[in-house]
Amino acid sequence: MSGPNNEYDPVQVTPLGAAEVEAMRDDALAAIAAASDLDALKHVRTEHAGDRSPLGLANREIGALPPAARKEVGARVGQARGAVNQAIAARQAELDTEAEERMLAEETVDVTLPWDRTPRGARHPITTGSERIADVFVAMGWEVAEGPLVEAEWLNFDALNLGPNHPARTMQDTFWTEPAENAIVLRTHTSPVQARTMLTREPPIYVVCPGRVFRTDEYDATHSPMFHQVEGLVVDEGITMAQLKGSLDHFAQAMFGEGIVTRFRPSYFPFTEPSAEVDLVCFVCRGQQPTMASCRTCRGEGWIEWGGCGVVNPRVLTACGVDASKYTGFAFGMGIDRTLMFRHGIADLRSFFEGDVRFTTAFGSEI
Amino acid sequence: MRAPVSWIREYVDLPDDVTTEALAARLTALGLKLEAIEHSGAGITGPLVIGRVLTLEPEPQKNGKTINWCSVDVGSANGTGEPQGIVCGAHNFAVGDLVVVVLPGGVLPGNFEISERKTYGHLSAGMICSAKELGLGDDHSGIIVLPAEAGAPGDDAFDYLHLRDDVIEFEINPDRAYALSLRGVAREAALAYDAPFRDPALRETPTPNDTGYPVVVDAPDGCPVFAARTVSGFNPAAPTPRWLARRVQLAGMRPISLAVDVTNYVMLELGQPIHGYDRDQLSGPIAVRRATDGESLTTLDGVVRTLSAEDLLITDDSGPIGLAGVMGGARTELSGTTTTILIEAAHFDPVTIFRAERRHKLPSEASKRFERGVDPTLPAVAAQRVAELLVEFGGGTIEPGFTLVGAAPPSRSVTAAVDLPARVTGMPIPASTTVAHLEAVGCSVSVEGETLTAAVPPWRPDLNDPFDLVEEVARIVGYEDIPSILPPAPAGRGLSRTQRLRRRIGHALAGVGYVEVINFPFVGKASFDALGLAEDDVLRRTVRIANPLSAEEPEYTTTLLPNLLRTAARNLSRGARGVALFETATVAFPSGAAAPILPVDRRPTDDELATLLAAVPDQPLFLGVVLAGERELPGWWGPGRDATWADAIEAVRTLGAELGVEVRVRTAERMPWHPGRCAQLFIGDKEFGHAGELHPKVCAAFGLPKRAAAAEIDLDFLMAAAPDVAPAPEFSTYPVAKEDVALIVADDVLAESVAETLREGAGELCEAVRLFDVYAGEQIGAGRKSLAFALRFRAPDRTLTESETAEARDAAVALAAVRHGAIQRA
Repeated sequence: MSGPNNEYDPVQVTPLGAAEVEAMRDDALAAIAAASDLDALKHVRTEHAGDRSPLGLANREIGALPPAARKEVGARVGQARGAVNQAIAARQAELDTEAEERMLAEETVDVTLPWDRTPRGARHPITTGSERIADVFVAMGWEVAEGPLVEAEWLNFDALNLGPNHPARTMQDTFWTEPAENAIVLRTHTSPVQARTMLTREPPIYVVCPGRVFRTDEYDATHSPMFHQVEGLVVDEGITMAQLKGSLDHFAQAMFGEGIVTRFRPSYFPFTEPSAEVDLVCFVCRGQQPTMASCRTCRGEGWIEWGGCGVVNPRVLTACGVDASKYTGFAFGMGIDRTLMFRHGIADLRSFFEGDVRFTTAFGSEI
Repeated sequence: MRAPVSWIREYVDLPDDVTTEALAARLTALGLKLEAIEHSGAGITGPLVIGRVLTLEPEPQKNGKTINWCSVDVGSANGTGEPQGIVCGAHNFAVGDLVVVVLPGGVLPGNFEISERKTYGHLSAGMICSAKELGLGDDHSGIIVLPAEAGAPGDDAFDYLHLRDDVIEFEINPDRAYALSLRGVAREAALAYDAPFRDPALRETPTPNDTGYPVVVDAPDGCPVFAARTVSGFNPAAPTPRWLARRVQLAGMRPISLAVDVTNYVMLELGQPIHGYDRDQLSGPIAVRRATDGESLTTLDGVVRTLSAEDLLITDDSGPIGLAGVMGGARTELSGTTTTILIEAAHFDPVTIFRAERRHKLPSEASKRFERGVDPTLPAVAAQRVAELLVEFGGGTIEPGFTLVGAAPPSRSVTAAVDLPARVTGMPIPASTTVAHLEAVGCSVSVEGETLTAAVPPWRPDLNDPFDLVEEVARIVGYEDIPSILPPAPAGRGLSRTQRLRRRIGHALAGVGYVEVINFPFVGKASFDALGLAEDDVLRRTVRIANPLSAEEPEYTTTLLPNLLRTAARNLSRGARGVALFETATVAFPSGAAAPILPVDRRPTDDELATLLAAVPDQPLFLGVVLAGERELPGWWGPGRDATWADAIEAVRTLGAELGVEVRVRTAERMPWHPGRCAQLFIGDKEFGHAGELHPKVCAAFGLPKRAAAAEIDLDFLMAAAPDVAPAPEFSTYPVAKEDVALIVADDVLAESVAETLREGAGELCEAVRLFDVYAGEQIGAGRKSLAFALRFRAPDRTLTESETAEARDAAVALAAVRHGAIQRA
């Protein structure tokens, strides 16, 4: 960049006329407009806006003008150069955008191409279903209790008012272990967890126990030697069947949706008295005037058998060290497999245990 | 229990408009659970009439059969009054007999429409019916021949045959033994409709005396009451009245002979099992006693049963003649020639019968009732009822001798707070309602202050505790009236630490492409053999199941692998290109100790409880992982990748990282893994599992492709090692300095130990050492390999100079040279 030329020679200098400057500017603008790509524009920049361009040279000469002429000419040339530079910048931006668009267009891919390099994983619906059930109760302040699957006979039966000569023992076809005198069974229900809980904690007790159980049932679409139950147990002062009903209604709605209620029918379990079987209003037809043909889920009954429940038999409280004169309790047990079969329309119980990944992956990792 | 509705209505005045469905629903709401409703005879529509055979012409056919061309008088039922021509294939009837005829237009069960049709050269207009064709039993040996007094030709046959009746089948819970009788079901029906009930057990019975058949009860604990009556001069050929046989049949039992049908009828009516003996086959007095070990008895099903000292027997001078309350003996049973019948109606101890039935695997109609508890006041009434029915239909006389040994125990009482039903159910049940409902089920109730005392009726042995009374009141008030209220739970602590960790583990594995499966825990010798485990392998010490579903798999597993490998193979056989599965489940290791049967009338002592819990097998939570086939699929991005030993180890490392535990790896040899590709997994210096490639023999045994890989670890141990609170890391934001080194070492030098050495040698400035290449080849020389590591250096407080970095790197390489003989590759 040259500094101001104070040593001018007024004789040698001819002031630039307005027409000349305009011509230079117009030439430049025309060239800029004609530049079709970034390279051309670069060339135009040198030709028309560089130091050696006509306007560049004109600018240099301003310093040689007499002071009286400098202002006018300077303004004229300055405006012209400003217009040219502005035009170059604008054209530059245009061409940059065009170039980027062209590049991006060239980089287009087929986004429908698959990327299934690593097959997806999944958690088992029994696992996630059990968790979901547990969460319903945990949200109410209950805790999740657990116990072993191979269990002491006393905890599985005797402590639950199922003495050795109780006819109800035959209701639960038991896997016994050898030798028989060791009195160890595969637990036939999750109820021994009740006994364990009462034996190890003080009331108030609010627990839910999802878990695996075993019965000597032949394996078919609706029976399995291994299945899953969820047990609930509450022991506190002043506990009633009404609170049992409330808890199960809440559970039913959490699993099957608003408006799904339960129905109790008198039943018999040695560990509860009074006892009830729990039916769930059919969540498909909602008990609305169903017929055998109109609802395959409840077969027209409007209700689905869901599980058993009742007031904890005081004999059970006593055997487990709870003061039956002070506390009452309720307990319930539902099939998890069965609950999920209803909820998800699973036709065959064996689907849970065949381990076909196509079954499991359909449920993702939360249910 | 199958209860014909007409029989129920005999004892209770139900409103006429009560449908069978409504009755069943009300009884279900009271606790007799509906199993099924059967509309017996509903599949038959008339005209079904009585006919008299006028002519009968046997006509032999070419196919060897002989048919009978009959003309049958059906009165005016056919509209003409003319005899009806009917072809009949049966031969058990003669001219003049009354038969049952279904005329054209009628329909038989199975939607079998009757019409005139040409057959055997005649136009047969109707059908002469057998019992089976009418759904009246299995008898298809001939057509039904009616007695002369059955009616006149043309009379409707429906009512005479008792064809139409509804039957409600109930599932009776063990506490409602009384409902295993029409007496009990009708009592509940009366309760359901608040209708009058006529108790069929309320009958006049003569006073017992000493002249009856001699009976000695040596075991009154097993047989508190024994009643015996004798009917002599009985006609064994007398037929069972049609209505009686029909009721027995509808109730689910097979009509056999008058004497047997009557004993069954009375059992169904009252709930009291009866046994009849051919008295002429008895020798000497009847004695009821316990068996001696090794005694034997041929029961009336023809099976010789070896008896145990606990069995209760009915005996005479010849020895055992019956397994009390379970099944009679063959020698003294009622037969087609029995003319003198000794009727036994006894009360037996439920536990004795329960144990005998289980011991001999001999459930019977009698044992089913006795083991649940029969009304002990019934024997005399029931014996009298049987005797009367036998004489009424089979002739003869009831001998005046009436033996009754023992007596029903006195009535029991249960005391409870009057407001207990209200407190327990949460329903507003006033005291008056409680008293009324207890009286409705047969209790005698007295109230004193806030306490009520209920004298329990003899047919309710299940009512023993105050809460038993609560259920009786609650079921009559109606369970449907129980309000729905949430209990006020205290603030909970949420999930336990291990419960949360288990969820994380599942999510972590699913997140890297593993699918969870659930297998049965049953295995057998073949499972362990297929894993290639040595005969004395600790995993073969299992909890054995006494009554397995499959004789091949009688053991509770100690390892998740066998069934997991089978599941993997199943997926591949169903077309999966690769599988990556995991399972978390407990396994069981036998304790060898016996679990005591503790008392139940108090809490076990801490010592008792400790002994009990210690006898329960140790059941750690294991994780099994299996990979087979493609781990990554080939695609437009390039080739796929089969699963390898490294995937199995990485699965466990992934969990370690998730839980904040450093999992270390050492070489190991352990079946079922490939001896050169098996890693022992450690946390600290404790082994907690293995991972690697499966032995080729194991792959073959399970039908898995070669190179399948697996891991199994003790998850309890891993979870216990996880820090409860993860400490926040500290890291520098100064620039990183990177150095790569390639070290040549002998083949058997482990990469992990070289990495550890580099980490140690590089000092504190080294923030990471990562192996990025392994190379073996000619340039390196045989028996050697080159390990390339990327080292990253950073200081917490400054930018490192090149010389500082180089110095640390050189120190690392120098230590590797000393420790492993490593030579830095140029």
